[in-house]
Amino acid sequence: MIPMPRLSLEIPAIETTDLRKRYGQVDALAGLSMSVGRGEVFGVLGPTGAGKTTTVKLLLGRARATSGSAKVLGAPIGDLATRRKVGYLPELFRYQPWLKAREVLTLHAELIGMARGRRRTAADEALGIVGLAERSNDAVGKFSKGMQQRLGLATALLGEPALIILDEPTSALDPVGRVDVRGIVRAAADRGAAVFLNSHLLSEVEQVCDRVAIIDHGRVVALGDLDDVLGVAETQVRVTGLSATDLPAFERFGPPALEGDLLRIRPMDDAEVPDLVSTLVGMGAKVHEVRSGRTSLEQRFLALVAQDRPPAGTPSAHRLR
Amino acid sequence: MLTIAKLTIGEAARRRVLWVLAILAVVAVGLTAWGISVLVGGARRDGIADLEIKFAVSQILIFIAFMFGFVLVMTAAFFGSPAIATDLESGVAQAMLARPLRRSSYLLGRWLGLAVVVVAYAVISGFLAIGAVGLVAGYLPPDPILPVLYLAGQALVLLTLTVLLSTRLPPIAGGAIAVVAYGLAWMAGVLGKIGLALGTTALVTMGDALRFLLPTDALWQGVVYGLEPSFVISQVGDEFIARNSPFFAAAPPPIAIVAWSAVWVALLLALAVSQLRRREL
Repeated sequence: MIPMPRLSLEIPAIETTDLRKRYGQVDALAGLSMSVGRGEVFGVLGPTGAGKTTTVKLLLGRARATSGSAKVLGAPIGDLATRRKVGYLPELFRYQPWLKAREVLTLHAELIGMARGRRRTAADEALGIVGLAERSNDAVGKFSKGMQQRLGLATALLGEPALIILDEPTSALDPVGRVDVRGIVRAAADRGAAVFLNSHLLSEVEQVCDRVAIIDHGRVVALGDLDDVLGVAETQVRVTGLSATDLPAFERFGPPALEGDLLRIRPMDDAEVPDLVSTLVGMGAKVHEVRSGRTSLEQRFLALVAQDRPPAGTPSAHRLR
Repeated sequence: MLTIAKLTIGEAARRRVLWVLAILAVVAVGLTAWGISVLVGGARRDGIADLEIKFAVSQILIFIAFMFGFVLVMTAAFFGSPAIATDLESGVAQAMLARPLRRSSYLLGRWLGLAVVVVAYAVISGFLAIGAVGLVAGYLPPDPILPVLYLAGQALVLLTLTVLLSTRLPPIAGGAIAVVAYGLAWMAGVLGKIGLALGTTALVTMGDALRFLLPTDALWQGVVYGLEPSFVISQVGDEFIARNSPFFAAAPPPIAIVAWSAVWVALLLALAVSQLRRREL
């Protein structure tokens, strides 16, 4: 019998130090250092082949790191007892097609050592969370891809794990399903679970994650709170009748810059936009257009990935926290 | 390990494999009994002596055992070759191995579940066939248990080989290699016997080496020996062709070969576990 691990809330759910994985001459992961705390939803973004799934494989002991180290719930990766507290939805979600949905869940409940008397209840609860309660007696082989992904999510949630690893959790879901998953992920984090989420869907990550890492060519190119990664809010005003000598009048809103007919103030609080427009109009300038907000995750992602084109194999480690 | 073994047996039952095997066994035994009853009835009507009828029935039974052994080996290869490979290709194994489940427990559980199905099929079908022949022809082998166990042993050897291959190769490749290896081992057994009769050391050495590498032919000798009536062994004597036939055994396989077969299975399972442990999933 594998003993249940004791978990302290102070121990990070995931902690990696200069984690590297090399396949032949290719660095699938070129020095990943990061920490994911309890109750946090951590998103990993990156183009195909960036190293997202490699990271998951290493964390779950499915592949061996070339160098570096990692701990999951305070234990070295691969520790069997710790896996009881880890829920996982694989990118390739496939379950025994000849089993019923509830049987898949009770099998996984047995594998994590759940008491026999609790398995059916826990299975039904998990199926209820993902909206499959009414299909619990149906064979998995008859499920659509979306339903199989929901089933995979249910297995990941089974037994209230301390860490939930989701690899592309909405790849087969329709828009309604994606909204459901966001709610499920937030609820899991609210009860104290750490959620590690791999995705290429930027809007999904933007809406649900507390912190994100953007990786490319196996290297972290940005990491931190969503605000840090996206950058600060900026206001842009297309305006005529304004000269550089007028700029000091706008310093109370933030550092101003005039580029042709474009006035940019960065950073600037959105709430002060009406005051800024009043000031401009009061000075006799003509306001043609006002844009306020921060860079979208998509813009930031594309900018980072486009600029990050080092020669393959260049080592680089980024300490995230 | 037991969870995975139960799951594997459940899979065989749910996918109707067990039903198919049961129906095939009943059909095969029924046809065998009918065929032998027709032959024995005709022979008795023609006034052929009982001893000769017994001899003929024992030979037919050995031939049926050979065909059944081949079917059993094919069944084992059919079960074993996708056991690990298909789970890994489909992703089913990855979801389970993320749980606190050792790769060794997963592999040994798969092997154990399939071994139970194959051995149950061998034992039930084997005893049914021997019993049916006894009923219609009045002939029972001197020790009916031993040949059935040797048949099951042959199937376990092939099952283990295919499970090992399944850790690295796709199902079709693993199954094909195992069946070809089985055929080669059988032919090596025949050639080894001929080599022994002709005093050709090279053939004997090759036969022994292949028997060591894949001990199915040695176990087949046990099946034949167990199905032969004792008077056949004593009467065949030094008759060259009969003694060197693959359907005759003057003695049971040496205990060392039987022990080696058990060690062989254990070694291959250890190798399979090691292969799966080293594989990145």
